[in-house]
Amino acid sequence: MSSTNWGRTALLGTAFALTVALSACSASTTASGPAAGTDADPVVGGDLTFAIANDPISLNPSGTGAGNDTWYVTRQLVDSLLYQNPDTNELEPWLAKSWEANADATVFTFVLRDDVTFSDGTPLTAGDVKATFDDIIAAGPKSQAVSSFVGYKGTTVIDEHTVEVSFNTPNAAFPNSTSSVPLGIVGAATLAVPYDDRATGDAVVGTGPFVLGSYTKDVETVLERRDGYAWSPASRELDGEAYLDSVTFQVVPEPAVRTGSLTSGQVDVIGGVQPVDVDTLTASSFPLVSRGNPGVSFGEYFNVSRPIVSDIVVREAIAHATNAAEIRDTALNDEFNVGTSILAATTPGWADESGYFEFDPKESAKLLDGAGWKLGDDGIREKDGTKLSLVVNWITNFGPNQTSLELLQQQLKDVGIELTLQGGDVPSFLERQTSGDFDISWQNLSRADGDVLRTTFSSAATNTLRIDDPTLEALLQEQLATGDQAARATVLADAQERIASQYYQIPVHELTSILATQPTVTGVTLGADSRLDQLTGASLAAAE
Amino acid sequence: MTRYITRRLAQAIGVLWAAYTVSFLVLYALPGDPAKLIAGPDATDITPAQLDALRAEFGLDKPLIVQYVDRLLGLMRGDLGQSLPTGRPVSDLIGEALPSTIQIAALGLLLAIIFGAGLAILATFSRNQALSRLLFSLPPLGVAIPGFWFALLLIQWFSFGIPLFPAVGNVGFASTVLPAITLALPTGATIAQLLSKSLTNTLREPYIDTVRAKGAGPARVHFRHALRNAALPALTVTGLIVGQLLSGTVVAETVFSRPGLGRVTATAVAQQDIPLVQGIVLFAAGVFVVTNLLVDLIYPLLDPRIVIGRPRVARVQAGVPA
Repeated sequence: MSSTNWGRTALLGTAFALTVALSACSASTTASGPAAGTDADPVVGGDLTFAIANDPISLNPSGTGAGNDTWYVTRQLVDSLLYQNPDTNELEPWLAKSWEANADATVFTFVLRDDVTFSDGTPLTAGDVKATFDDIIAAGPKSQAVSSFVGYKGTTVIDEHTVEVSFNTPNAAFPNSTSSVPLGIVGAATLAVPYDDRATGDAVVGTGPFVLGSYTKDVETVLERRDGYAWSPASRELDGEAYLDSVTFQVVPEPAVRTGSLTSGQVDVIGGVQPVDVDTLTASSFPLVSRGNPGVSFGEYFNVSRPIVSDIVVREAIAHATNAAEIRDTALNDEFNVGTSILAATTPGWADESGYFEFDPKESAKLLDGAGWKLGDDGIREKDGTKLSLVVNWITNFGPNQTSLELLQQQLKDVGIELTLQGGDVPSFLERQTSGDFDISWQNLSRADGDVLRTTFSSAATNTLRIDDPTLEALLQEQLATGDQAARATVLADAQERIASQYYQIPVHELTSILATQPTVTGVTLGADSRLDQLTGASLAAAE
Repeated sequence: MTRYITRRLAQAIGVLWAAYTVSFLVLYALPGDPAKLIAGPDATDITPAQLDALRAEFGLDKPLIVQYVDRLLGLMRGDLGQSLPTGRPVSDLIGEALPSTIQIAALGLLLAIIFGAGLAILATFSRNQALSRLLFSLPPLGVAIPGFWFALLLIQWFSFGIPLFPAVGNVGFASTVLPAITLALPTGATIAQLLSKSLTNTLREPYIDTVRAKGAGPARVHFRHALRNAALPALTVTGLIVGQLLSGTVVAETVFSRPGLGRVTATAVAQQDIPLVQGIVLFAAGVFVVTNLLVDLIYPLLDPRIVIGRPRVARVQAGVPA
């Protein structure tokens, strides 16, 4: 859920298609020939222009900015204690050369590399890690990172390069959290500036492969190569400085203009590629870089406090009436996966539960008949004078949501279930979540750790779904208290099984992040959180 | 004259106060908890105590009436408050965005006047009935074309197709051209519509017949005699035109990826940055007030029959020879 205005975007896509059709001149495709450069040697030097949708708003890594687009930029400025390998989802050493957790996941010890310096020349020490974390706690909810520190007791400096983070309650998700941008380590010079005054980025001193050149609100953020950078995570297979001289993140709000800027050669990489533009770009040989977002998948989340959907039979009937593949094929495209579990397949600990969600409208009808829901004259089922009519709460910020839900509306109508779609912007969505005036919520949440299950379903968290299930609750708390990652994956699998078998959620599709590049650009990759990884290995071609 | 301006300034303050009150009521009646919005939609592990601390810091825990008075007092000191997500002063954010907006708005207004007035004059001047009818039909079309679509068409043709102008950014004069044309289209069309209508009417006035009878050629009739009178109704809607330009910047600046007031507005609304939205509303109200005041002061320069600051009766008496 980024704060992008995706609703207007969908409209724009249509308008743009019309424009292209009406304009006599062809949308010239500058990219001819094969998708070159994939195995060529990286070219050293050059300036890369990257079009993003939103102004970063705050370049303070732990601050609250514009979500993904902000982290695309700040990821380049700061490194993290651990690196989550996007190929394996395993946590690997980064600023910390080793780490360990105690058995109940309350104490985490990190041993830092001793050769790392901040961009102002000061060496990285255990004290910087402690200061960064304590600063986040002091900032409270103004920091995006504060929710990673639930139950935080404190950070202790053991020696110059060893630091121990302790919690009062287990927090097995913490090692994974340390790999995220908001927990990136900043230098003492940053922390000396009041939290509210760091948005412009002038004060941000990190250990990352780029440093801030200039930031112009609503226009661009220019980053320059950090000299002497030599601590990329080992699995990136890069041992030195970034290849590029500079990276300019240019703010281009309209997706169609981003696409046009790429195809007309005005920018090198674009972010936030819309599903409607995917075919155009691939047809013109512009390579896509895409990765399914980890976290909880897009789908039907039930408010089990509501009378009709509190019945598991109704929920199961809806699962068998939902044709997720058709929704994916119609509203989205092949870049997106059909959901198989509450967790998306790129989430650590994901388990395939698709057996629960077979599309079988006959079974659905049978279940509803059995539960006493009889077809009325208008094609909608009824029971004791109550219509089988449900309200769906959803956010208009992602273009394909509307198409997806209108199709779902038809699919459920076929078995006699009526859906009323209540869409709105983020604030009104949150308002309805709080008041509980909905039966089904159409939502998702991107997060690179299975603990997202707890924040979504635990009765101790916000619990917008009003779930009261001790079995599930025990599993959600247990995964947070299991320090061993393999053992934790088993608990997470059990939790997914529980959610699927109780039909608390029906997965439909996995949100996917899509970038597109000029055919000559190499080394632009997405991290384990499916956001832009560091551009250390990115390079342009030698000549146009 | 001094009394007149004093009265108008008092009126202006009244208008601003009303804008403040209405925007306060509307913005604070919106659904959603500002504290939760500051924390963001994905913040699921935030404790109520943390939210309370946030409310206290932004003064959101006080009763509405106290917040209303606090902000109003701040406003009197020229303090528009702080933007919620960045913590920066609202006046700074508006001030920084303004120059870039003024560039395209000024060029847009210039283009609108040149082409709007040009079209109106050409339409009334032309003796070719078919051409005249064609020209008269253009302004409604200009008003009806959606700015958003038109902007995309321009970018598609003159940036992606023929690379004459940059598609994004605010570097150099070239970057102002397409956004200015986008702004000029509805504004120019409005001017053309009004001016051609009022020129047509003016040319039917008896005094024009007199001028013609005295042997003035069509050009002299048009420019020396008709245009000055016909321009008054167009001047009256200047306030509307400025409003059109300001609201047009939201689309123009978004499509052409320019910084400016329109972009600040779009972002502020999307993020429900209440102090910033309110600051923009007040700024826009101020612009309207000033524009209308200027227009009223310009009237007498164009039409000597209008005298400012003296009631009608007094004027009549003044006209009576002693």
